[in-house]
Amino acid sequence: MARLHVESKINGETQEFLCDASQSLLDVLRDELGLTGTKEGCGTGDCGACSVLVDGRLVCSCLMLGVEASGKNVETIEGIAGDEGLHPLQNAFLENAALQCGICTPGFIVASKALLEKNPNPDESTIRYWLAGNLCRCTGYDKIIRAVQDAAEKMSHPA
Amino acid sequence: MESYGYVAPTSIAEVLDVLNANTNAGQMTQFLAGGSDVLVQMRMPNHQPRTIVDIKKLAETNRLEVGPEEIYIGAAVSSAIMNEHEGLQKAMPGLLEAGDLIGSTQVQGRATICGNLCNASPAGDSIPALIAAGGICDIATASGRRELPVEDFVIGVGKNALQAGEFLLGVKFAPPQATTKDAYLRFTPRTEMDIAVAGVGVRVSVENGVCTDARVAIGAVAPTALLVTKAADALIGSALDEAALTAAGQACKDSASPISDKRGTAEYRQKVVAVLCKRAIAIAHQRALEN
Repeated sequence: MARLHVESKINGETQEFLCDASQSLLDVLRDELGLTGTKEGCGTGDCGACSVLVDGRLVCSCLMLGVEASGKNVETIEGIAGDEGLHPLQNAFLENAALQCGICTPGFIVASKALLEKNPNPDESTIRYWLAGNLCRCTGYDKIIRAVQDAAEKMSHPA
Repeated sequence: MESYGYVAPTSIAEVLDVLNANTNAGQMTQFLAGGSDVLVQMRMPNHQPRTIVDIKKLAETNRLEVGPEEIYIGAAVSSAIMNEHEGLQKAMPGLLEAGDLIGSTQVQGRATICGNLCNASPAGDSIPALIAAGGICDIATASGRRELPVEDFVIGVGKNALQAGEFLLGVKFAPPQATTKDAYLRFTPRTEMDIAVAGVGVRVSVENGVCTDARVAIGAVAPTALLVTKAADALIGSALDEAALTAAGQACKDSASPISDKRGTAEYRQKVVAVLCKRAIAIAHQRALEN
C-alpha cells in the first residue's frame, strides 16, 4: 500500500511526512523526522519515555499512529527550550541531578511541563500521581519530584 | 492484505461502507478510538494486517453531553476530557473515578471508556461502573441504530455483542437525580498503573433516608463484569445500614466466580469483592446525602 501523506505542526513548524499506516507517532518522530529526543522504552504505553503533547494533551507517542497526527499540533522535547535557553524544568532537572542515564528524562520533562501548564503550583502528591506513568529506574524519583517543585517555584517567582 | 490501511471517515454511512466493502473482500477491519489497546495489539507477533478505521472524526463519537433528557458519552471521548467536564463530575463521580483508574495521565489523554468496553477485558475498570450507572450502548448498524444495556454488551473474555457490520457510537444514560449517586472501587496491589484484582461499581438513590433504587456490578471476579441484582434487592427499601450492606456484599461474593492468578487467589477475590461492595455503597450513600 502507498505510504500516507501527513501534514502536522511539529514544535511550531508545519511539517509534511510520509508514513505507513501502522507506524506509530514515535516511529515517525524518530525515523522519519529525525527527532530522536523522544525515547522508546516499552512501546506499550507503560513507561512514558515517549511522552509528547498533541494539541496540548499529554500522550504516549507509541500509542498513537503517525497518521493520526494529521492536522495536529505536536510538541516534543526538542521544542521545550526557547530561544533564550533551556526551559526552567530542564535547568531544574540539571541542578537537582534528577537524571542519571537520561532515557526517561525527555518524557519526564514533557509530562512535567504539561502538569505545570495545568497546575502551576502542584503539591508533591499531585506531582507523583501525574508522573505515575513515567518510569525511572535510576533516580528513585525523589530528585525528579524535587526538580519539578523547584521549577514550579522558579516559574511562578521568576528572579 | 499485506500491509495495514488507514481510513478516518467523517460519517457513519462512510464507516459502514468501509466495513461492508472489507467484509465482502474478505479483509479484516479494526476500529480505532484512543488506541491504547489497538496499538499494543498491533505489535503482537502474529497480528494480521488490516484496515484501521479511525472513528474520531465522527460528530456522533465526539459527543459529550450532560442534558436534562440524556447523558451521552461518545466513543471518541477520552477519559481526560470526561474528567474535565463539570456536569459529568457532578452527575457520575463513580464513572469518572473508574476511568481515572485506567492507566497513566498519558493513557487517559487518549483512552476511552467505550474502547475499554469493546476490549471486553474481565478486569476493565469502566465496565462495572458503566453497568452500575445504567449505561445503554448506542450501536450503529446497517439499518440504523440499536441499543443494548452495557451488562449485555460484553459476552465473554475479549468478546462483545457487536455483530458484523456494527460499531459502538457511544454510551447513554438517563440523567440521575441529585439524590442518586454512583461510586467505583477496585483493589490493586499498587495504587497506580495496575490491573484490578476485584472491582465494584454501585449506584444508590436515597429518599428520606431510605434507599429507593440501587444497582451493583462486579468486575474482575468472573469472565465478564456482572450486574448483581440480588445485591441491589438487599439495598432497596433499607436505610443502607450495616445489615443491608453485608447482605449486598454477600450477594456479590455469591455471584463471583473468580480465577486464581498472580494478583490474587479465587478465595481472596471473593472476600475482597464483598468488602469493596460495602465500601463503595458507603461512598455512594455519602455522596447522595451531600446533595
